[in-house]
Amino acid sequence: MANEIKKITGRALRLAGDDIDTDRIIPARFMRCVTFDGLGKYAFFDQRFDSKGKALEHPLNTAKAEDSPILIVGRNFGCGSSREHAPQALYRFGFRGIIGQSFAEIFAGNCVSLGFPAVVIEGQSYDDFIKTFQSDPDSSVSIDLEDQLVKISGKKFPFQMPQSSLKSLLDGKWDSMAELLSNKEAIEKKYQELPYLNQFTGV
Amino acid sequence: MGESLFTKVWNMHKVKTLSSGQDQLFIGLHLIHEVTSPQAFAMLKERGVKVLHPERTFATVDHIVPTKNRQRPFQDELAEKMLAALESNTTDYKISFFNLSTAYQGIVHIIGPELGLTQPGMTIACGDSHTATHGAFGAIAFGIGTSQVRDILATQTMAMNKSKVRRINVSGKLQKGVYAKDVILKIIEVLGVKGGIGYAYEYGGEVIENFTMEERMTVCNMSIEGGARFGYINPDQKTFDYLKGRKFAPQGEAFNRAIRFWKSLASDPDTHYDDVVNIDVSDMAPMITWGIHPGHALEVSKSIPALNRFSVDEKATAQKALEHMQLKEGQSLLGQKISVAFIGSCTNGRISDLREAAQFIKGKKVHKDVFAFVVPGSVQVKKQAEEEGLDKIFEAAGFSWRGAGCSICLGMNDDQLVGDQVCASSSNRNYIGRQGSPTGRTLLMSPAMVAAAAVKGELVDLREVI
Ligand code: SF4
Repeated sequence: MANEIKKITGRALRLAGDDIDTDRIIPARFMRCVTFDGLGKYAFFDQRFDSKGKALEHPLNTAKAEDSPILIVGRNFGCGSSREHAPQALYRFGFRGIIGQSFAEIFAGNCVSLGFPAVVIEGQSYDDFIKTFQSDPDSSVSIDLEDQLVKISGKKFPFQMPQSSLKSLLDGKWDSMAELLSNKEAIEKKYQELPYLNQFTGV
Repeated sequence: MGESLFTKVWNMHKVKTLSSGQDQLFIGLHLIHEVTSPQAFAMLKERGVKVLHPERTFATVDHIVPTKNRQRPFQDELAEKMLAALESNTTDYKISFFNLSTAYQGIVHIIGPELGLTQPGMTIACGDSHTATHGAFGAIAFGIGTSQVRDILATQTMAMNKSKVRRINVSGKLQKGVYAKDVILKIIEVLGVKGGIGYAYEYGGEVIENFTMEERMTVCNMSIEGGARFGYINPDQKTFDYLKGRKFAPQGEAFNRAIRFWKSLASDPDTHYDDVVNIDVSDMAPMITWGIHPGHALEVSKSIPALNRFSVDEKATAQKALEHMQLKEGQSLLGQKISVAFIGSCTNGRISDLREAAQFIKGKKVHKDVFAFVVPGSVQVKKQAEEEGLDKIFEAAGFSWRGAGCSICLGMNDDQLVGDQVCASSSNRNYIGRQGSPTGRTLLMSPAMVAAAAVKGELVDLREVI
């Protein structure tokens, strides 16, 4: 059912700042919904609009945002709540890949479940990447999962990502349900073994 | 070499190694609520997949519940729609649901333990980042996203990477007026909000051992604020005593057998941990947060550090925090005026929290410029508090006494900050916009500190007023 994800290419939008939490990515009041449809327009809402709904200066409010499939962020992006609404909002806004210096664990995992790679460029290499990007912010960036490189303006930056995430994206198995389902027998066996599901007999 | 509880429980629940290299982990207890489950059910329906073990999933409604008027239909149409979706999903798939009309509704992390659903040695997952709360019982409990909620509904398993384990030894003797909340805020101040990424935190040492189960839950609850997805404490006699006789705890002979099993799970004395941290809490004052993440914490007797004391990495966020909070570097928070005081949440909405706050409040009055309210964590907590007369004490002091739910912890119902109000809050997150207003300002602290601030109208050092 899922597709193989090998490469994301296009313009990139930079959102500066560290420790951007999921409450900022999607404020809780917009999570009063039963589907993820339409969440895209609420991404970073309180940073993009003032209390009267007037648009503020924000990278996501620029014309460029509309055709930038890649988002560049800082450290510890996506910390806080486990809400999948956060990556969903970014994905539905139009992003297809994120490059950062580090991600909160649950957030990064949630991204993979959507087929939405969140890759980490570490340390000095990150600073070099930002410099390169800033020297030509409209150039095409590509996240190449097969080579495990971010490519920009002829330069290459290695990125980190849990091997399991990388593999499941490349194999098109990021939607984990099918493989989990195929092990039903082993699941039932586990159920029969666990003491607390069996009146603690045999312990 | 001995094994940690984490490794023992993990291995016991591992079903298979997946093609990605991740483990397929069996989930013994799955908890759901109205915010992160509807999309998961929709995905199941779309694919025509059933819930494999509906008897291992339990539902409650907490985030969107109004705390004043709980009449159905709710005034907020969107909230009503979310509850209705949970009602029809749990009915369709035969999942137990502790709905508003039951005696067991409440915040998911409060009701699991109080019903005895939460037990040592289980894997517990919930589409909610504070699931580590249940780790206080020696369970491996963690927050997940909606896609994983779907996976667990469909297969009672999920794909996951094993974490490293950091042992945190807390030693010393707490001063009067210093609580479990202060201890976990201290741990986060010391290790940072990113320090726990990739780790499970095992809390131990004399201070943790001496804590009650409720205090242990407060500590484990905020593991995620330190970046750790899991936090747990080895089970002991206190754990067993707490569980005995609870609705879903093993009964009769099975309980005795259970204790034998539970005891075998504790980390072995010769466990090798990936990291060990020792923290002495003897001299610490009550903690408060001054900024926009829970690592912006300090002892109330100290001042906000100068900006040049922050590392390059942290400086920009600290600067932003000062701007948002309208504070200055080097400033003390003592005397900071507040306009809202909130006692509740899955961190500090249990009966012992309400008792501590009530004890302080008794015979005093809430300051005229402060709106103060108490939101019990569950219907059971509320009932217990009313039996003890705590509601009367709070109301006599000028607190508003509410129905159970998450409330202004995250402002998904109509309890929200207005404009740039300052809220003294017993909850766990002080992110920008967290309490419903984009410019609202949150100061995290223990429930007793909130009570003291409510009376004075400004932040005080609790040690000086008790
Ligand atoms: S009380 Fe707050 S932190 Fe706890 S589950 Fe509810 S919203 Fe989340």
